[in-house]
Amino acid sequence: LRKNVEDFTGPRERSDLGFVTFDITADILNGKNGLQTFIFDWNVKQLFLYLSAEYSTKNNALNQVVLWDKIMLRGDNPRLSLKDMKSKYFFFDDGNGLKGNRNITLTLSWNVVPNAGILPLVTGSGHVSVPFPDTYETTKSY
Amino acid sequence: GAAMDLFGDLRRMNKRQLYYQVLNFAMIVSSALMIWKGLIVITGSESPIVVVLSGSMEPAFHRGDLLFLTNFHDDPIRAGEIVVFKVEGRDIPIVHRVIKVHEKGNGNIKFLTKGDNNEVDDRGLYKEGQNWLEKKDVVGRARGFLPYVGMVTIIMNDYPKFKYALLAVMGAYVLLKRES
Repeated sequence: LRKNVEDFTGPRERSDLGFVTFDITADILNGKNGLQTFIFDWNVKQLFLYLSAEYSTKNNALNQVVLWDKIMLRGDNPRLSLKDMKSKYFFFDDGNGLKGNRNITLTLSWNVVPNAGILPLVTGSGHVSVPFPDTYETTKSY
Repeated sequence: GAAMDLFGDLRRMNKRQLYYQVLNFAMIVSSALMIWKGLIVITGSESPIVVVLSGSMEPAFHRGDLLFLTNFHDDPIRAGEIVVFKVEGRDIPIVHRVIKVHEKGNGNIKFLTKGDNNEVDDRGLYKEGQNWLEKKDVVGRARGFLPYVGMVTIIMNDYPKFKYALLAVMGAYVLLKRES
């Protein structure tokens, strides 16, 4: 589902705005050294999870847009089972590169925030490709 | 008592000893500065260690936490990374997360940031008419973190008397310390 709407949050030009709904089923684990262990070890304070869309367009070789994020604190269940989620943030392209774009990859990643120490960024294994249609959706009221 | 001993020490210290102590002190300061400069070179960042000043990245970082940065030229800027940037014309470094990236084939990159604890993105913080940040605005990327330790610098900033008192105590200690 995609509309062409004026990007009122930024530059005053018409850019593509994408609407994506998604389900997330994930088990966040620590995959160090090929072994999968519980993610909240003694030095993990929280995880900052985010779903990002990555794609390329005529205008830009690489685009990344964070659609949704969630803070998972130590003590929360590292298993996610979310259905019918709408993106938290507007999926505006820098231009009109969403129309007809068949290759938008959604990946779930997370930033590990330790009690003290290194701040790694981890990308989950598994990703989803989302194709956008060739036409815009027009509605009378927005 | 102890006060009389202190005065005794001061009188007994002749000029040579005083110069020696001053040189010792200067050496310590120079070494510290060299380590700092070394860090700037190794990390590629003009400010390899920064103190978190606001609560806009809570609950991950709180005011007073310390962040360790790198700023390698070839490190790409990617969504989800925590960057420290300065808005053109302003001195205060801001620590927020990258939420949008648009990179051209030639490496030209523009990105948008937002504090985890903020409702809206940082466009309101950028310069008038500026909608994106560029590589040149980046001071570094947060690679490591230590809680609370930076509180000392915040206290020294907010209470200058504390800073002077601390410097006076440090100076007195170094000058009066006897090498046995």
